[in-house]
Amino acid sequence: MKPPFEKVVERSGGVVLRVCRVILGAHDAEDAWSETFLAAMRAYPELPDDANAEAWLVTIARRKAIDVLRARKRQPAPVGELPEAPSTLGVPGTADGDLWQAVAALPDKQRQAVAYHYVAGLAYAEIASILGGTTDAARRAAADGVKNLRKNYPDAATEGAPS
Amino acid sequence: MTMSANHFASPDDADTLSRLRDRLGLAAEAEGLLDVAYTTVDSPVGTLLLAATPRGLVRVAYDVEDHDRVLDTMSHRLSPRVLRAPRRLDAAARELDEYFGGRRRVFDLPLDLSLSAGFRQLVQRHLPEIGYGQTTTYGQVAKLVGNPKAVRAVGTACATNPLPVVVPCHRVLRSDGAVGRYVGGTDVKQALLRLEAAA
Repeated sequence: MKPPFEKVVERSGGVVLRVCRVILGAHDAEDAWSETFLAAMRAYPELPDDANAEAWLVTIARRKAIDVLRARKRQPAPVGELPEAPSTLGVPGTADGDLWQAVAALPDKQRQAVAYHYVAGLAYAEIASILGGTTDAARRAAADGVKNLRKNYPDAATEGAPS
Repeated sequence: MTMSANHFASPDDADTLSRLRDRLGLAAEAEGLLDVAYTTVDSPVGTLLLAATPRGLVRVAYDVEDHDRVLDTMSHRLSPRVLRAPRRLDAAARELDEYFGGRRRVFDLPLDLSLSAGFRQLVQRHLPEIGYGQTTTYGQVAKLVGNPKAVRAVGTACATNPLPVVVPCHRVLRSDGAVGRYVGGTDVKQALLRLEAAA
């Protein structure tokens, strides 16, 4: 039997917010969160009862985040050069501004792999089905992402991360 | 320090999420996706869960009914698109507040009886004909709905009333004068009868 959608929001709202932040930065993350849960609510009755709702939500969040990134790239860049990475950084009230800088500077695929594995706790096989490519490629992207993060944000270690 | 989800959490997350969830309720309503909206309100007979479809108030549930189970049942029987979204319940909450304050005798709310069917629903449709402060018996209700032998079935219809308080099954007593069983417990039934007798 399928739980009421409210329970899905309660259980996964935080994870989806953090995934959106990692992909987009703090400001656009909220719009992506709203778009994600509205789309999910629309499709929820058709989701199979035994599906992993959180992985499903992360897949939708990624699609919505990519829409936001595309829209952002279509807008004229004030500096005349397209930024490689999101420009809205940081979470107000956190002391971890440096981490956000480091995350935002990662290449798209690495940033997503880090978000899905370390923030959403998805297995590499699930990440591979989201990003396309092989499980090994997903694992490499996450590992490279963390290696890059460590370089720029030495406090980030990998112990305690989900496997 | 380890690389984990906590790195990406913010101390403001609870506030942000609560704001985003409010916004989701409004957007879902605007898009016609809010099949079941619910909220909880305090009352002199405990916390009540109120739920409504776009057609009307569909459920009033006492604490003892286990609100999580009530939500599961609605998800299963009505639609899984269930969200805590208080706005749709504003009128119901206000009228219940007035009722418990002794300032309201009749509920004036659109009702959705789709959680019951057949004879039970027929009985529940007739229950509001029993006026405020009055009582009747299961046998008399059976006569009222044109099936005088269906006394037990009337009892079941009252026991399974999805809209207690608003659909006044508490005004139906046993023919021997005993209060009879009640979905919110006998104490609550007596409290409602006392409230109506005093007002």
